[in-house]
Amino acid sequence: MSSAQLEIQLIAALVAMACAIPGTFLVLRKMAMISDAISHSILPGLVFGFFITQDLNSPLLILLAAVTGVLTVIFVEFIQKTGLVKEDTAIGLVFPALFSIGVILIAKNANDVHLDIDAVLLGELAFAPFDRLMFGETDLGPKSVWVIGTILIISLSLLLLFFKELKLSTFDKGLAATLGFSPIVLHYGLMTVSSITVVGAFDAVGAVLVVALIIAPPATAYLLTNNLKKMLVLSCFFGIFSAIAGYWLANYLDASIAGSMTSVLGVLFLLVYLFAPKQGIFSVYFKEKQQRKEVSLLVFLLHLQNHQDPKERHVNHLQEHINWQKVQAKTVLDLATKNNLIQIDANNLVSLTEKGREFTDEALKYITTNKETAIEDLKKRFFLFRG
Amino acid sequence: MNKKNYAIQVDDLTVAYDYKPVLWDIDLKIPEGVLMAIVGPNGAGKSTLIKAILGIIKPIAGSVKVFGKPYKKQVDKVAYVPQKGSVDWDFPTTALDVVMMGTYGSLGWIKRPGQKEKKAALEALEKVGMLSFQDRQISQLSGGQQQRIFLARALVQNAAIYLMDEPFQGVDATTEKAIINILKELKSDGKTLIVVHHDLQTVPEYFDWVTFLNVKGIASGPVKDIFNDDNLTKTYGINYKVAVNQ
Repeated sequence: MSSAQLEIQLIAALVAMACAIPGTFLVLRKMAMISDAISHSILPGLVFGFFITQDLNSPLLILLAAVTGVLTVIFVEFIQKTGLVKEDTAIGLVFPALFSIGVILIAKNANDVHLDIDAVLLGELAFAPFDRLMFGETDLGPKSVWVIGTILIISLSLLLLFFKELKLSTFDKGLAATLGFSPIVLHYGLMTVSSITVVGAFDAVGAVLVVALIIAPPATAYLLTNNLKKMLVLSCFFGIFSAIAGYWLANYLDASIAGSMTSVLGVLFLLVYLFAPKQGIFSVYFKEKQQRKEVSLLVFLLHLQNHQDPKERHVNHLQEHINWQKVQAKTVLDLATKNNLIQIDANNLVSLTEKGREFTDEALKYITTNKETAIEDLKKRFFLFRG
Repeated sequence: MNKKNYAIQVDDLTVAYDYKPVLWDIDLKIPEGVLMAIVGPNGAGKSTLIKAILGIIKPIAGSVKVFGKPYKKQVDKVAYVPQKGSVDWDFPTTALDVVMMGTYGSLGWIKRPGQKEKKAALEALEKVGMLSFQDRQISQLSGGQQQRIFLARALVQNAAIYLMDEPFQGVDATTEKAIINILKELKSDGKTLIVVHHDLQTVPEYFDWVTFLNVKGIASGPVKDIFNDDNLTKTYGINYKVAVNQ
């Protein structure tokens, strides 16, 4: 691996991490699409910043662009507050307007510089190692590493300092306000950090793909955990993984790095969406199937308990009587036998075992009283009713 | 404290959303140590009144005093139980963690909760009968359990005044009884409780103080003196009996 390759992966990983942190809170606040608005509307800020500083990596330029990002949020909220349009419409009104101003400004005034529309939309990660930070004669590495590294350190420090406040105001704005943690300050704080991150990341991955890095890793992590800290860690992990895997995919396909990174993110989300242990599509499907089977089992056991007459308890009769298909009847019979809930004698007569009777009583008690405590006990001892 | 101990004193309070008044010139004096219901029809501004007292909504006129001072200086004396539907219960967190949030006010900015806060939260969970659910993800709780978690969160704030927005909404009978017992216990400890309430039938049984509200303040005082047909009719209009039978 050449040092340029290593540097590209380092930049990509830093960008991914920097995006995942504010992204987690944006996703939880149901504001994910505001990142799309910010990523586009910072363009005029970047162009103005460039006119003033003549340097694409100047901190002033990043700040000016971030201000445009926060202004976008303010505009969107202002339009939304009039009550004349909904939030998504407000977002759709604001950012194309600002973005188009940026596009015109570039076309009129900055045709000969590195700011071109392709770079704005898709980024130029492959060229990042060429732009180096020099201190006298010493090479300090790619400028992007310094820029995005600084942004990452700032947002990590803010996260560590204000984790409690961010969590509270994201979960319950009202309580945050009454406890003296101004939700407005936290909201605009998060928006500022998001804007700065987008500006920093945008140079590497472009306006469209930065949105994927902000939304996809937290959305994937959200399906896997019920803990905010774990969600943050997982988001960062997914971001870094897809940054590095995406780089090698691009290398192999000889395609765009940012595009490959985003594809990896998409595949990752799809896999988790399908196979997540608790909320994944497959696990939900199997859980529902299992539950259906268990409800059938319960119906069967209740029938046995209610009928002492041997005629009612014959295997064949059960199939006809409860009106089940042969296969289903067999599955239920097998399930009950396997769990020692029933016994079948030589005449093919079915009866409840001690355990079966106990189970049926408990289940019946739960169904009739609907008490939480009864079900808690059942959950521990039997597989039925489990989550 | 001034001559008479009012927990909350509201003077000439007017609140408007987009210039449409939702609360008109409310005057309200809530004595310390009462268990008070705020009743009124839908859209009467009950929740708005609570939010205005808490400063979540800015009034366009009037003032609110908590123990004789502005709310901002008394933040630690007031606990708020919002409506259950006001938060996203799919948020990745546990019951214990939500209760711990009640301690954030006394911690202030930046400082993290520690063992002391955890102990307080566990005690509150025990009080509402939810100790065994402490590690449960909040979306896995029933509506009644979620309401108890909110109550426990207010308990750890150890405040002097509790403001609750429909704590009985969508809970089962057992939870309702458990909640009212805790409210009565708090009252006997000298706390002041202000509860937005919907079920007029239970007002005399649960509360000792009541405020009738319908955009304007209709009446406020002891249940035994003012909870009568006259005030109900003034608040709910001639059809108040429909409201009672709900």
